[in-house]
Amino acid sequence: MNATAPKRGLPPWLERYLILLVALGLYLVLRWLYAVGAVSAYWQRVLDQGLIMALGSLGLSLIYGFTGQFSIGHAGFYAIGAYVAGYLGRTYGHGNPGWFLLSLLAGALATAVVAFLIGLPILRLRSDYLGIATMGFGIIVKVLLDNADRVIPVLGGARGMLGTPQIANLTWIFWSLIIVLFLFRNLVCSAFGRACLAIREDEIAADAMGVNTTFYKTVAFVLGCAAVGLAGGLYAHRYPLLHPSSFDFLKSFDFLLIVVVGGLGSLSGTLAAAVGWVFLLEGLRSILGQAFLDFRGVVYALLLIVVVILRPQGLFSGRELGILVPRSLQSGWLRSGVGQAKPGGERAGGSA
Amino acid sequence: MIYFFEQFVNGIQLGFVYALIALGYTMVYGIIRLINFAHGDVFMVGAYLGFFGFARWHLPYPVAILVSMVACAALGVTIERVAYRPLRYAPRIAALISAIGVSFFLEYFCSLKFVFTPNYQVVPRALPLKNYSLGGVNIPNVTIIIVVVVLAMLALLQYIIYHTRIGKAMRAVSFDHDAARLMGINVDRTISITFAIGSALAAAGGVLYITAYPQVFPFMGILPGLKAFTAAVLGGIGIVPGAVLGALIMGQVDVMSAAYISSQLRDAIAFSILILVLLVRPTGLLGKRGPEKV
Repeated sequence: MNATAPKRGLPPWLERYLILLVALGLYLVLRWLYAVGAVSAYWQRVLDQGLIMALGSLGLSLIYGFTGQFSIGHAGFYAIGAYVAGYLGRTYGHGNPGWFLLSLLAGALATAVVAFLIGLPILRLRSDYLGIATMGFGIIVKVLLDNADRVIPVLGGARGMLGTPQIANLTWIFWSLIIVLFLFRNLVCSAFGRACLAIREDEIAADAMGVNTTFYKTVAFVLGCAAVGLAGGLYAHRYPLLHPSSFDFLKSFDFLLIVVVGGLGSLSGTLAAAVGWVFLLEGLRSILGQAFLDFRGVVYALLLIVVVILRPQGLFSGRELGILVPRSLQSGWLRSGVGQAKPGGERAGGSA
Repeated sequence: MIYFFEQFVNGIQLGFVYALIALGYTMVYGIIRLINFAHGDVFMVGAYLGFFGFARWHLPYPVAILVSMVACAALGVTIERVAYRPLRYAPRIAALISAIGVSFFLEYFCSLKFVFTPNYQVVPRALPLKNYSLGGVNIPNVTIIIVVVVLAMLALLQYIIYHTRIGKAMRAVSFDHDAARLMGINVDRTISITFAIGSALAAAGGVLYITAYPQVFPFMGILPGLKAFTAAVLGGIGIVPGAVLGALIMGQVDVMSAAYISSQLRDAIAFSILILVLLVRPTGLLGKRGPEKV
């Protein structure tokens, strides 16, 4: 972008779209692997699950990783997207791709609207209090879904909802993820992204420098929730049973773990952690075998503790892959790594 | 009206149990600014140990409570030592993730077949049931025991925090780690003791909880843990009287919404109230409101 951009390497305009080319290549390789039957239906489902989690986690990455707004109610928004899109797809869609796209967008939009209505008042809260308020929201959504059949019988309440057409395949999921990733990448590398980072580092200072903190916090929150709403819509069209227990606060923990383990303020880290996380859970299933299935939770918990103790700043610690965020797009501040892994603000100790 | 008062008594009983759990959350938060998500699971372990104590090992009830408290104090100190201390100077979120990890570990480890098994187990009555009547309102002896035990522990805690050297150290550390260290306070030891006290209180809460609601299972800590934590936030996290106030409110909300509105919706009601309170008082009912430091 700037005049001192290195002469060697790709021209800047190509660098920016490189991620789309790489994605296309990856997509073609995956399709080829599927076509020759190298990937079993089981692992296809696992991959789809990983990509859906990645999409949802990107949303939380924008909210928490880049803007520093602590949220442990992300699964609530995931649920809203899933149920709205699932309900529309089931009632009107019947497997029609046009309707599928519409219901996905409707799910994301509904999530965005709810996020706006909830976010506007609660984003005034700071750090842990915001976390608790969002956690409360997530639990409220789950309880309401558990009892939703009293109002709309089709939703099934605590019995779950069946019958959403299963038409989300790799193409839909992969490209939804890539489009959102591309948009978020551009957003994060723009003036908007810098405002978000400023808020994350110090909200009061950002305010004092003239950043409209309410605006940026709300927009980041709404966009992040829309992304997870979209992920929910895809989930509803990929896995036949929608059940409120798939959207409880443990699910919110999953998103949070992925974003933190990937490294706050890193889209690449979020992607890697999400896909890795899903494959780890499934991998443990095959490695441990039937006899040790009980140990899966224990091993997972121990791995989590060990990883976070060894790399508290996350796997990518605020850095990005050059393919995703080329150096020409990184601001000097991002490149120098100042303030990385800082969100969460103050260290554990010390005065408040 | 009698029905209302009986529900009120139930609410007090539940609120006092929540108070014991909420105290652990609030003390740990006060001293290292960590939401200790594993606390609810320490409560679960405490409940199991109490259950084994009086049902399997046939210890007298008060001894069973004490055994469970001591064991959980050790557990709490171990958790802090292994999972939180290495992250003391890492970003705060890292310790939170570690706490979630510990919580998962305790839940899944206790679900193993050779530990507590994943099944629900019915807890036999620890004490013969007696009902006292006060103006027509039935008050079971369990309620009275819970209230008395909790009040005694609160008094003891108040004494420890405000009238002993270690209490003074705890207050100093929660105010400022570095300044406390400069004054010669052993910060690590103070934090360990805070965990020990908080976990012991949770264990006592666990034993009292299963005395009133007689069943145990490895995931039983999640919901009471969340409720107690919510109570601590409601009262203003980091503030000891706030935790008790919040817990008493939470107990009433829980019981009353189950009694008068809908038992399925009671969690939704409890958390709606939390959000509303936070919107009006963003740092909880008794939280400090002073201008934010820059």
